[in-house]
Amino acid sequence: MPNMIVCVKQIADPEAPAGSFRVDESANQVVPAAGVSQVVSPFDEQAVEAALRIKDAHGGKITAISLGKSFVMDVIKKPLSMGSDELILLQDPAFEGADSRSTAYALAMAIKKVGEYDVIFCGRQAADWDAGQVGSGIAEFLGIPSVTVAKKVEFLDGKVKVERVTSDGYEVIEVSTPALITISNELGEPRYPKLKGIMAAAKKEVPTWTAQDIGADASQLGTAGARIKLLKVFQPVKEGKCEIIEGESPEEAAANLALKLREAKLI
Amino acid sequence: MADNKGVMICGEITEGKLAPITTELLGGGRKLADTLGEELSAVLIGSGIGDLATEAIAFGADKVFVVDDPLLADYRTDSYVAVIEKVVKEVSPNIALMGQTAMGRDLAPRLAFRLDTATSMDCLELSIDPDSKLLLQTRSVYGGNAMGTYVCEGTKPQIAAVRAKAMDPIEKDDSRKGEVVTIDAGLDPSMIRTTVVDKVKEEVEGIKLEDAEVIVCGGRGMGSTEAFQELEALAKLLGAAVGATRPPCDNGWVPAGMQVGLTGKIVSPTLYIAVALSGASQHMAGCSGSKNIIAINKDAEANIFNEARFGVVGDYKKVLPAFTEKVKELLAG
Ligand SMILES: Cc1cc2nc3c(=O)[nH]c(=O)nc-3n(C[C@H](O)[C@H](O)[C@H](O)COP(=O)(O)OP(=O)(O)OC[C@H]3O[C@@H](n4cnc5c(N)ncnc54)[C@H](O)[C@@H]3O)c2cc1C
Ligand SMILES: Nc1ncnc2c1ncn2[C@@H]1O[C@H](COP(=O)(O)O)[C@@H](O)[C@H]1O
Repeated sequence: MPNMIVCVKQIADPEAPAGSFRVDESANQVVPAAGVSQVVSPFDEQAVEAALRIKDAHGGKITAISLGKSFVMDVIKKPLSMGSDELILLQDPAFEGADSRSTAYALAMAIKKVGEYDVIFCGRQAADWDAGQVGSGIAEFLGIPSVTVAKKVEFLDGKVKVERVTSDGYEVIEVSTPALITISNELGEPRYPKLKGIMAAAKKEVPTWTAQDIGADASQLGTAGARIKLLKVFQPVKEGKCEIIEGESPEEAAANLALKLREAKLI
Repeated sequence: MADNKGVMICGEITEGKLAPITTELLGGGRKLADTLGEELSAVLIGSGIGDLATEAIAFGADKVFVVDDPLLADYRTDSYVAVIEKVVKEVSPNIALMGQTAMGRDLAPRLAFRLDTATSMDCLELSIDPDSKLLLQTRSVYGGNAMGTYVCEGTKPQIAAVRAKAMDPIEKDDSRKGEVVTIDAGLDPSMIRTTVVDKVKEEVEGIKLEDAEVIVCGGRGMGSTEAFQELEALAKLLGAAVGATRPPCDNGWVPAGMQVGLTGKIVSPTLYIAVALSGASQHMAGCSGSKNIIAINKDAEANIFNEARFGVVGDYKKVLPAFTEKVKELLAG
């Protein structure tokens, strides 16, 4: 029975209306918008789903791991309420200021501490900074193979069969275990937690590990372990001058639109 | 580290030709190399590369490293990372660029971690800082809601993955001269831990979205597979490709390959007709390069009207048939 690990990140809801998004350019920070809730990054929920489908078929154990600064317990426990067995939180000031590399290092060290693993799942990218790197980084730190942007994962004995999305379809890849797989939305909807799962998750004790707990080398963590620096974050200005085409009726407006496009030599 | 010199691009080959991303990277890389007064090289990896090296030179490369080996016929993480790692160690480039493609997305981070340096993914703009001479890497973050500019100060090479269509190829010039260097892949097959057992094409019929000059795109508001057939009819008239936002793909109304956006296709047509889609930042990330966006949406407040040049506020069920009819009439006469 496979031992599985899923890395999940807590982020601000990426589907909040574009208008609510603000950056503070002087502080180089994204300003948390009032009323925007925290969620598990959507691809990470799908990564949990991918692991659960394997568990449904083969049994096994799923351990979710999350590194963060201010966890909202109801939110970050979602992998448990969906059906994962364990959740481990990584929290320590030493992790702060991390780039993809230092995040991957910390997660890889935590995974080593968990010990046994056949398949590690990540999302294809965290839906805040959209880096799309941490999965490959964990695999590199652990020295195991990775397959990225998967839409289907099957567990076979000693190997995993993965459908990897490409620009014109997909490729079917077999990879030896242990392996790291990153999951894309083509996998399909993650399941809703059942009431029983939510209640069990609420009661579940969740350990928090620090840098020391995972035996991490401080020079590899947070800002010290980062190889890249964010110089500035900004919002591109949009002109936003749409000409609304009117008409007596929707049909007339539609015809006027066609005429307008003709006039502008667009059709 | 100070002796790292030159800009290197990792080319991609599809069906025996240089992929569009390759000439785009050569165009973008050429500018950076000229700014730095350094050389532009290209690495071409595959099996049976033939004279594509000459073509890369015509598109701007000063030097082309060719790694041709039957083991490199398919992209596989382990073999490609090992080969590029080898080339990078021999050449010591200052900057290495790849595409934000199925290959580059996979390759760039793994290579960066292996070399103990960093990469920025999905870059839209690259420039050289006049003082530090370092590569300023500007990329889309937060689903396209913002941009971030990054710099890799202490390690080399500086690696960036570049979004499709973010850079322009230079005019092909067959008289350009350059050097072709063959490098031995030196692969041990046992280190390749994945096998490609099948490749499945799910290509939608007709014009490819990436190449289309006109695109008709439907969103969640379309509501069904049948509704997309109406879009097909309009697309046929206009010689357009049909795209979709993510919900129609996730719901199975249309194939996943039709998704336009941050995690779908990047398109830049002259005309983009957006029907019953709200204009979420992650969708716009894939189509904001369109020259003219037209919106049909029943909600006057929808974000797509901030992006569009012309729009009609109304139910597509009423607007679309009348629009298609009028277009037909105009094109006929
Ligand atoms: C990390 C990440 C990556 C993503 N990548 C992508 C991506 O690559 N591509 C993508 O598209 N999305 C992507 N998304 C999803 C994206 O955030 C939006 O959820 C999605 O684009 C919304 O699609 P939509 O506009 O069709 O639907 P909605 O936002 O639901 O909008 C539907 C619109 O249709 C209008 N409408 C409804 N009925 C009618 C009618 N009868 N007539 C006229 N108008 C009508 C409504 O007014 C509304 O504006 C991603 C999300 C995340 C978090
Ligand atoms: N702080 C984190 N905690 C747990 N997992 C993470 C964290 N950051 C990234 N990941 C995992 O790595 C994937 C890719 O993240 P990124 O490279 O940041 O886009 C995410 O989808 C998660 O699965």
